Amino acid sequence: MFRKVLRISLVAVALAVLLPAAARADLLQDLQALTEKSNETKAAAVESLAAGGHERALPILEAYLDGQLFQVKADDRMVIGEEAGKGYRIFDAVTGEAAGELGKRKLRKVRINNRLRQVVKAALGGLTLGSADPAARMRAADAVFRSAPAEMVAPLEAALASEENARVAERLRRALAATRLVNAEDSALRVAALQTLADFTDPDVRAVVAGVLRNDDAGAPLESDAAVRAAAQETLATIERALEFNRFLASIFQGISLGSVLLLAAIGLAITFGVMGVINMAHGEMVMLGAYTTFVVQEVFRTSFPGAFDYSLAVAIPAGFLVTGLVGIGIERGIIRFLYGRPLETLLATWGLSLILQQLVRSIFGPTNREVGNPSWMSGAWEVAGGLTLTYNRLWIIVFALVVFALLMALIRFSSYGLQMRAVTQNRPMASSMGIRTGWVDAMTFGLGSGIAGMAGVALSQIDNVSPNLGQGYIIDSFMVVVFGGVGNLWGTLVGAFSLGLVNKFLEPYAGAVLGKILVLVVVILFIQKRPRGLFALRGRAVEN
Amino acid sequence: MLLSNDHGRLLSPLGAKITLGLLLAAGVLVPLLNLAVPQDSVFHVPTYLVSLLGKYLCFALLALSVDLIWGYCGILSLGHGAFFALGGYAMGMHLMRQIGDRGVYGHPVLPDFMVFLNWKELPWYWYGFDSFPFAMLMVVLVPGLLALVFGWLAFRSRVTGVYLSIITQAMTFALLLAFFRNDMGFGGNNGLTDFKDLLGFDLQSDGTRAALFATSALALALAYLLCRWIVGSKLGRVLIAIRDAESRTRFLGYRVEFYKLFVFVLSAMLAGIAGALYVPQVGIINPSEFSPANSIEIVIWVAVGGRGYLHGAILGAVLVNYAKTYLTGAAPEIWLFFLGGLFIAVTVFMPKGIIGSLEQVSARVPLLARVAGGRQ
Repeated sequence: MFRKVLRISLVAVALAVLLPAAARADLLQDLQALTEKSNETKAAAVESLAAGGHERALPILEAYLDGQLFQVKADDRMVIGEEAGKGYRIFDAVTGEAAGELGKRKLRKVRINNRLRQVVKAALGGLTLGSADPAARMRAADAVFRSAPAEMVAPLEAALASEENARVAERLRRALAATRLVNAEDSALRVAALQTLADFTDPDVRAVVAGVLRNDDAGAPLESDAAVRAAAQETLATIERALEFNRFLASIFQGISLGSVLLLAAIGLAITFGVMGVINMAHGEMVMLGAYTTFVVQEVFRTSFPGAFDYSLAVAIPAGFLVTGLVGIGIERGIIRFLYGRPLETLLATWGLSLILQQLVRSIFGPTNREVGNPSWMSGAWEVAGGLTLTYNRLWIIVFALVVFALLMALIRFSSYGLQMRAVTQNRPMASSMGIRTGWVDAMTFGLGSGIAGMAGVALSQIDNVSPNLGQGYIIDSFMVVVFGGVGNLWGTLVGAFSLGLVNKFLEPYAGAVLGKILVLVVVILFIQKRPRGLFALRGRAVEN
Repeated sequence: MLLSNDHGRLLSPLGAKITLGLLLAAGVLVPLLNLAVPQDSVFHVPTYLVSLLGKYLCFALLALSVDLIWGYCGILSLGHGAFFALGGYAMGMHLMRQIGDRGVYGHPVLPDFMVFLNWKELPWYWYGFDSFPFAMLMVVLVPGLLALVFGWLAFRSRVTGVYLSIITQAMTFALLLAFFRNDMGFGGNNGLTDFKDLLGFDLQSDGTRAALFATSALALALAYLLCRWIVGSKLGRVLIAIRDAESRTRFLGYRVEFYKLFVFVLSAMLAGIAGALYVPQVGIINPSEFSPANSIEIVIWVAVGGRGYLHGAILGAVLVNYAKTYLTGAAPEIWLFFLGGLFIAVTVFMPKGIIGSLEQVSARVPLLARVAGGRQ
């Protein structure tokens, strides 16, 4: 073991001493060649730089691509310059050491044009294909895929043969196929490349394949080989089908995401309506209060415990529930219980309350949007396939909505409070005469409904703007969910929320967002023709009045 | 309470007489004080005030239409602003066509916004609006038709109470979204504006404004009489029966849905007329009139004045709108607190509104009893 290590280090030391001298001479030569007039010489120099394997080749080529490679007029030294004030801060191109600052006029820029840029990009791709970092290799493969230069076929084949990371290998395969398709002479090779490309469902590949089928200005096909055209046709159709399918999946995801938001917003509304027969028009403002609670909690975290910001939602969820739940109980005890038996008046009073709450929040926090951050585990997206990316915040909200739903179902099903609540929903006078304190059940239910709205607000703060009007945007849709799903049991709300979410998102591509919304409203209005009390309606004589 | 002595006589309660008297007096006096009295006189009514009062009267007519269905038939519509706005749009379309080639782009047929959107010809639903009688017909027909279809669907399947309120709110919300769209052909979110004249009279002139005011007062007085007549008739008794016990009325053999539909359509038409009178006086109609918040505000006018009295709605509309004019000018941030507080205070402490509260005090003061008159 020890001897092996020793041998390797010895070789390394020898290389370090011997190689640089030779390589350095080449490097200097190539650098000088870059300043020649002829484009061919320059291109050859770029490729020679890349092939030489010198560690400085990468920064030099990158600087060249960015127009930061200069020659000092006084002594023809090659330098890399970074703009600093009126002049440039320069670094020696060969050693990379800082070499002070120079004025603009004392430097000569090494010229580059579009054709050379392609060569440099391809060379850069080749350089980083051998990088130790898989992410860098993947970027390199993608760069080659986009420029598809002929000279990269061999490096790609070599890289593919030695690649162990499956995801990088995929990208390499894609790049190799695209490069072969564009550059190869052999018809069979190109058809094979097209067949390989059919495995990749992504808009970029579609663009490459569609390029094969382009016509020239006269309308004649640019590609003369019929076999290649046919293969391209087939590949394009396969990709289109796959993309279409992914779009369909994306619509489903968006629909479920909207549905989960609607479920959170509507479920509290549904239980208060079910138990007390009143619509709480201030429900949207409870959502808004929940979002502002998140804002306040996050502010406290930012100022006091900046390191624990990722845990702020763990505090915000119970805080949102408590704040809005207490406000809800206050509303029920302070206003709604005096309006018992007059649902329409309750509707008006709670509307008035919503105006006051909106204006109150506007006065305290200002009318503009407040900044609520995503914790790191909620930001970013999961790229499932081409054209199908699922953002983490929406995924978490779907999970959150389902968890809240399950907890609520369990509460109603298994707790004594849930039993009393169901009794009051079904027949209030009977429940009352069996000794259930209906006033207490009302207050708790209103608090619970408002608290859930507050948690919905915490969730919404992660995907929407936190402003005093936040609740208004969701309230009518939530009403529709309740009307559609009925108030008999919570499954109705679940089905209602997800179907409205899905229908909304599936109508959007065809009818546009606004028209889609209008259509949904019309559909709901027509739907209650068949089922005036919603999908899951309570039956029995207690229902009337 | 159902069988008050005043029943059947059109003008019996003192309140009704006072309402009509005030309306007619205003209809004559305000234009007179505006046109005939010199500007420097203390009795002169400035033109802006004429338009402002005219606006109040339109709102009063709108409130009256809501009171007719809510106060007497128990239908709480949270979408009556939609009928008001549709009437307003019908009038606005007529006024747009009256501009002719005097628009910014000078197109002889197309309104400015259509030229701006590169439209080549007038959409079919704009045909006929250059004729005043046709436009006036549409002012009542369009809201009436929407109410007919909507009401038929809703009442037939016995959608009542809170459900109905929510659905009417969804209706006006859908229309709000629709009218915001540019390709609907109603001017998108800018709406219709820059009107020039009506029937050849310049809309900016004092005379036209005074005439519009007088027309509004007259329309309100006539609508008030019509509503009184309806609620005093046999039909009105059935409506009240529906309000108080819908199922029982149905079991007695009345086709509840037809009664509801009739009064709902009539109310929508009155709201449409209110909108049509409103638009030339304020000079603009835009989709924000469809916003659900506006429609709920109408309901609070009725609640403040007193639901189920008809003149209560008129009183409430004028009072609340005066407060709005005053507060949004003097202390804008207070206005929403005030309005919200009003909703809560009226529903909790004064469920019968101002007129109803007068009625309650009436046991001690005989005159007030007569003013409050026949709640039925």
